[in-house]
Amino acid sequence: MAGIRIEGIRKSFGATTALEAVDLDVADREFVALLGPSGCGKTTLLRIIAGLETQTAGRVLIGDKDISGLPPRARGLAMVFQNYAVFPHLKVRDNIAFGLTMNGADKAKIAQQVESTASLLQLGKLLDRYPAQLSGGQRQRVAVARALAVEPAVLLMDEPLSNLDALLRLDMRAELKEVLRAAGTTTIYVTHDQTEAMALADRIAVLHSGKVEQIGTPSDIYHHPATRFVGGFVGSPPMNFLPKDGALIGIRPEDIDLVSAAEGMEFRVNVVEPLGAQTLLTGTAEGQMLRVALAGEHAIAAGTTLHIRPRPERIRWMDAATGQALPARTPA
Amino acid sequence: MTGKRALYLTGVAVICAWVLVPLWLLAANALGGQPVISAWPKPLIPSAFSFETMLEFLAIEGVFRAMLIGFEVALLCTFFSVLLGLPAGYALARYSFRGANAFRLMVLLTRAFPVGILALPLTVGFIRLGLYDTPLGIALMHTALALPFAVLVSASLFQAIPRELEEAAWVFGCSPLQAALRVVMPLALPGVSAVAIFAFVISWNEVFAASVLSARNRTLTAYLLAMLSESPLTYQFAGALLLIVPSVLFIYLVRKRLFAMWGIASR
Repeated sequence: MAGIRIEGIRKSFGATTALEAVDLDVADREFVALLGPSGCGKTTLLRIIAGLETQTAGRVLIGDKDISGLPPRARGLAMVFQNYAVFPHLKVRDNIAFGLTMNGADKAKIAQQVESTASLLQLGKLLDRYPAQLSGGQRQRVAVARALAVEPAVLLMDEPLSNLDALLRLDMRAELKEVLRAAGTTTIYVTHDQTEAMALADRIAVLHSGKVEQIGTPSDIYHHPATRFVGGFVGSPPMNFLPKDGALIGIRPEDIDLVSAAEGMEFRVNVVEPLGAQTLLTGTAEGQMLRVALAGEHAIAAGTTLHIRPRPERIRWMDAATGQALPARTPA
Repeated sequence: MTGKRALYLTGVAVICAWVLVPLWLLAANALGGQPVISAWPKPLIPSAFSFETMLEFLAIEGVFRAMLIGFEVALLCTFFSVLLGLPAGYALARYSFRGANAFRLMVLLTRAFPVGILALPLTVGFIRLGLYDTPLGIALMHTALALPFAVLVSASLFQAIPRELEEAAWVFGCSPLQAALRVVMPLALPGVSAVAIFAFVISWNEVFAASVLSARNRTLTAYLLAMLSESPLTYQFAGALLLIVPSVLFIYLVRKRLFAMWGIASR
């Protein structure tokens, strides 16, 4: 077990820069998600930590040891790959034992370790099968078990749930959280799915075009986005942005209330989406497209004009040009 | 449904006949002796079935020795083709380097030169190097013929093995060489055996270069070419059977790997 520190990691492929000076501190036993759209550099960063890619500049430390120059096998970490990368020619048992075998652990220790990780991930009955005889979810478990079996200092996960269907993904997500909490392994988890990041992580690092936009707890990221990008990327539906007094105000759809005509601005509803737990309204207010999420079900027809008011304490002010968050103002 | 099944069975029968009838004719003529050769229609199973002609044929001065040399050359060729072809194919599949496409083309171009044109300079060169009339010399020539196939097939072979598997092996404690041996090779084995078979068969069947580059130490094909035209029919059939058997045997031995490669469940 150990923390991990990333100092000024830069990576360029020829003329294009994939990562510019990324710094990140992950505490021992912490779960950090790297969240961002495809092409933001999150996978590149993970591969640099793993040693599968070489950084152009900067260094990676596990504990206090600089591992930047070490090959992947000497870094003391484990990885779960997006397409599982379970060895098809080995039985589940030998897949889980692979890392320990390569590290020269003795037979008794390997058997015991395989046994315990297999039961942790409910693979006990599948140990003598080949990966081809497993479902996608089971293969995913094997990949996680193989990684946990070596008791790594740091566990890296590259979109491990993205190849599962939606329902299974939800199950695996909860299971993963439980298993990783029990194992207490320092984890860096790459994903483009913000609900996954919110659900799993202690802290989230939002990446955008090779730069860290914000690092914070899920609640922090959600309620206090540091930039316009973070507000727009995290949350479904995303934050609304409206120009006001030469700046932008950001307001979450669920932080807008229906009020009487005297109290709020006019909101013309174009689309109503009843989602069960929420009713999602898309419309225009003051010439701007706006989304409002109301808790529960509401009998509202498209074409109606309502009156709305953002909750003042939830409003985020942002610089219109740079998209950076500004100190709170009292709205006029 | 029955119509479809009948069609299917007919297809199977036709394909089997396509392969088996010539083999049967050859075997019957080689093993049945003179009476079968002159008989028509041929008996399904020759009455006087004997290995006599085959043994007589093998007893002919030089045949057995030529067969051994043929084997030696073919095995050497297989060895060199795999030894050189696999790493080259791996490099083509895994690394992008300047000139990769040119290299692919060059590899194929070696087949563009007719051996006939190269025969004289090759012979002269081989005499100077002391390779003329040696199994090693012929094997090197055959390797040149088999190598393009070996390189390109193993390149596509390695391309089909996900890079992540190798990366996973690195992360879980393997050096690049260990990863290649423990993860890549087991997965590539069916394809590698196809490469080996093909190199073997190319060498075993090749007659022109083998004839030109040898005088006394001939491979079986080269030896038979020189000798059979003046031999009785019985010996010609015996020689033909002898030429076919090793290839068939070799393919039989590795059939499991071939089946696995072609996606048919191996039995």
